[in-house]
Amino acid sequence: MEYKPIRKVVSGNYAAAYAVKDARVQVVAAYPITPQTSIIEKIAEFLANGEVENLQYVPVESEHSAMAATIGASATGARAFTATSAQGLALMHEMLHWAAGARLPIVMVDVNRAMAPPWSVWDDQTDSLAQRDTGWMQFYAENNQEVYDGVLMAFKIAETVNVPAMVVESAFILSHTYDVVEMIPQELVDEFLPPRKPLYTLTNFDNPISVGALATPADYYEFRYKLAKAHEKAKKVIKEVGKEFGEMFGRDYSQMIELYRTDDADFVFMGMGSLMGTVKQAVDILREEGYKVGAAKVRWFRPFPKEELYELAKNVQGIAVLDRNFSFGQEGILFTEAKGALYNTGAKPLMKNYIVGLGGRDFTVNDVRKIADNMKAVIEKGEIDVEVDWYHLKR
Amino acid sequence: MNTLFGEKKEGATKIVFTKVDEYPEAPISLGTTLSNFTGDWRTFIPIINEDKCVKCYICWKFCPEPAIYIKDDGYVAVDYDYCKGCGICANECPTNAITMEKEEK
Repeated sequence: MEYKPIRKVVSGNYAAAYAVKDARVQVVAAYPITPQTSIIEKIAEFLANGEVENLQYVPVESEHSAMAATIGASATGARAFTATSAQGLALMHEMLHWAAGARLPIVMVDVNRAMAPPWSVWDDQTDSLAQRDTGWMQFYAENNQEVYDGVLMAFKIAETVNVPAMVVESAFILSHTYDVVEMIPQELVDEFLPPRKPLYTLTNFDNPISVGALATPADYYEFRYKLAKAHEKAKKVIKEVGKEFGEMFGRDYSQMIELYRTDDADFVFMGMGSLMGTVKQAVDILREEGYKVGAAKVRWFRPFPKEELYELAKNVQGIAVLDRNFSFGQEGILFTEAKGALYNTGAKPLMKNYIVGLGGRDFTVNDVRKIADNMKAVIEKGEIDVEVDWYHLKR
Repeated sequence: MNTLFGEKKEGATKIVFTKVDEYPEAPISLGTTLSNFTGDWRTFIPIINEDKCVKCYICWKFCPEPAIYIKDDGYVAVDYDYCKGCGICANECPTNAITMEKEEK
């Protein structure tokens, strides 16, 4: 069948809901929280209008229960989905470990929102990055199209390696902003994403099993190793699935770090999510003004694309890491990860951390220009002024 | 064997994984009692002195696991595959017929 995209003007949240519909998800258990609410509202609307078949929607009383119900559904072999934000994601934390530990390929959309207090509903990546060590894969979407594509790919990747995946989008900047999204006809989605083949079946009564059973010190360690290996395998699967997606639908996701005009760049801006759209636009403008800059958008934060980062880092003089998040007592989280990944490689670009956009603070093309000027001076001098720059601070 | 008072489980085989590749991909089925011998958690082991036993079966009633069973001759015995060595039986025994001893492994 020839691919003719269905173009719709939708918000990031509706893009996620359409992807859930097209993925033929069987169970959605969710609790509404701003700014995620319109994802599950839209799914409920599909259900009410009879636009989805074989979908069970479980309204629950908290996010902890939402993840627990999703885990139960996934353990039976169903394709299961949920969505949340910030405080809700934090409430799910314990259950996230259960999902990953039991190797259940759940997909969740987290709409990045700042953690309170002070109370905030605006964009900030600290909520999802605080879930770094739960064993979930994390995909950061730049725009509404990537939310839609990300959910479809996440199911395929998660179900191949049996590891849950989080698709992360920005509060309001994507979740409530409308944009054209190219959706894929159902037959082609079905071709790309066949029904799930679970690792085990709970209804084989001749050979009953228990899930998530107790492991003594004699066995626990080996299961951790298996999950670690699954993440290593996921790097290969992510590239393959991203390439296949590109061949089928024209949008290539085979790079875990999307490189934008980095070939002859003196230094690059590195970051995740919606702010990288601004950065790419700024790179185009700065290139015309004579700056030799590029952008490196980290699409997958877990598993972390160490090897791709090294390939980039050995060819540039500097990396400006833009973090819309912060790990208190240290620095931006992506900055720590990137520096750590390069430590033993021999690639030693100058790396400086810019803390930007926390709690929905505007981050514009002009900000990128100011950071470029600062980065240029840093590289000319050959040493960094301050390692962690609270860029927007009212001084 | 007296099934009313419990019996030694037959056909139990402990599954021991010696290499990481032998493990299932997901942590399943480790909890079935047929393969998971909880007896290896034990530090102290109950020893039954039949000379003192009066067949009151208080130990059998109090055992939180089905680890004490009654033999055909009416005396009690411990299923060491499942006894975790909690010592409740020794504590409850009115004639001190059960003693807890450090197990040599």
